[in-house]
Amino acid sequence: MTAASVSPVARAEATRHAWLVVGLSLIVACALVGSLFVGYAGLDVTQAIADALRGAQTLPAIVLVELRLPRALLGCFVGFSLGLAGAAMQGFLRNPLAEPGVVGVSGAAALGAVIAFYSGLSTLVPLALPFGAIAGAIFAALLLFALVGRGAGTMTVILAGVAINSFAAALTSLALNLSPNGFSALEIVYWLMGSLVDRSLPQVWLATPFMLAGWILLLTAAPALDALSLGEPTARSLGFDMGRLRVRLVVGAALAVGASVAVSGAIGFVGLVAPHVLRPFVGHRPGRLLFVSGLGGAALLLLADIAARLLPIRPELKLGVITAMVGAPFLFHLVYRLRREA
Amino acid sequence: MRIDIEAASVRIEGATILHRVDLLLKPGEIVGLIGPNGAGKSTLLKAIAGLSSLSDGAIRYDGVRAQEIGAARLARRLAYLAQDGEISWPLRVEHLVGLGRLPHRTPFAGESEEDRVAVERAMKLAEVAQFRARTVQSLSGGERMRVLLARALAVEAEVLLADEPVAAVDPLHQLRVMDLLRRVAAEGKCVVVVLHDLALAARFCNRLVVLAGGCKLLDGSPDELTDTIIARAYGVSTLRGEHLGQAFVLPWAPLGPHNG
Repeated sequence: MTAASVSPVARAEATRHAWLVVGLSLIVACALVGSLFVGYAGLDVTQAIADALRGAQTLPAIVLVELRLPRALLGCFVGFSLGLAGAAMQGFLRNPLAEPGVVGVSGAAALGAVIAFYSGLSTLVPLALPFGAIAGAIFAALLLFALVGRGAGTMTVILAGVAINSFAAALTSLALNLSPNGFSALEIVYWLMGSLVDRSLPQVWLATPFMLAGWILLLTAAPALDALSLGEPTARSLGFDMGRLRVRLVVGAALAVGASVAVSGAIGFVGLVAPHVLRPFVGHRPGRLLFVSGLGGAALLLLADIAARLLPIRPELKLGVITAMVGAPFLFHLVYRLRREA
Repeated sequence: MRIDIEAASVRIEGATILHRVDLLLKPGEIVGLIGPNGAGKSTLLKAIAGLSSLSDGAIRYDGVRAQEIGAARLARRLAYLAQDGEISWPLRVEHLVGLGRLPHRTPFAGESEEDRVAVERAMKLAEVAQFRARTVQSLSGGERMRVLLARALAVEAEVLLADEPVAAVDPLHQLRVMDLLRRVAAEGKCVVVVLHDLALAARFCNRLVVLAGGCKLLDGSPDELTDTIIARAYGVSTLRGEHLGQAFVLPWAPLGPHNG
């Protein structure tokens, strides 16, 4: 057999996939640049870039580098993390409802961050906040996988999510309840709603290495997740170690989601919407979906953050509120569609 | 590859699923694994595939244990077709069959020419090439089973272990699938197939292994599958006949507790 015998469907598909990746990357790039241009203060962005590159400490340069750039970069990285983690968890549990927010990983990460904040650790150790969030996320991911097993039904995933979310929410409320002053409690509540406002470049550098490590762990799980679509025995017969895959996914998702929550608060539904929209474009292959879903998440979050600034609503809507407004109907739709097999 | 199974026992939660089974599997033969529900057929097949660990005994592949070979290398030499036929996502047939090439892929490398050729060959053999662009959810149960068989064939392993590959398949394709498995064995591969259909098993296999209650009742040629053994294994009487010079056997009536 020769190369000519390769199915034309396969070839057309490879081309289509390349276009999908290029197209999504372009959308992310445009949204990233767009994010630099959108803001309350009138800013001559070209002037600001020129100043920043010269190293001149002009006002436009400071606004760009200290305010707009961190916000745009974090939008991109956090979105990628959430989209990727959602796709990976869905591939592992073989259920389209598994999403960091829905199953409580984000909530537990937020709890971890709140504990780090309240215990005063975050003022003593600079990395306490991301570590707290990652620890919370690992705890929730372990709990989730232990509760639902692999290849769990929809109802089990939802119930486990309800349980973990309620637990995390209860403990977070406890922390707020015990808060010494109202102002810091309010601050936490706002932070929990998820936002990218007033983030700084050091926060970007703090979170990025953790996210990057998480991305690598999750992206390299692609072949195992593909194999897992035929069930666990078949995946094992194809040479994949399920125990190792579980550890990889728990640690990978916890690093990506935990680091994201540590800098942006709990932003839900990105990991639900991005894989759901993009799955048909990759022939429903869980491995192929990973990177594409990350790009989709980045685009989604950047656009939502731009929308937050452009919408004529003040005070500005929190990012987590916007993604929930968009994402919750998706969840309803999915639950409706999946209820028969629950 | 020659597989040596020595006194293999499997106990799960105190229950003995498999009791001291000895078996030698050689290239070029198609072995039918038969027996009633709960006899331990699937457990034995999984054990041979290296998927369930033995409580006792040993399995050697060309004299080497699975742990020493490593899961990744064993996966290239041994293909396993699961019984449940689980498919989680509406994958396209071509993609699904391509999953059989995963053991041969180097990480981050795409499909090689060899992979594509193997997938094409497997789809042709299992007669599913015409469905290549369809999603598995649009296929009937029998068609889906053949797609999964093509996936297992795409591994191009020396050993093919198939757990009830014709369970949901129509008579025409049962015959075709069994004929295909026989041809695979004739190419010098070792095929072990779990079957419930005694007629198919006796007709297409070179060798039959009868399990009942976790023990091996018979390991011999189809001629050795006597009425007594069938009665002991299944509790049924049999009907025998001959068509075009070929003997056939059918389970006929349950044997009551009094005459069993």
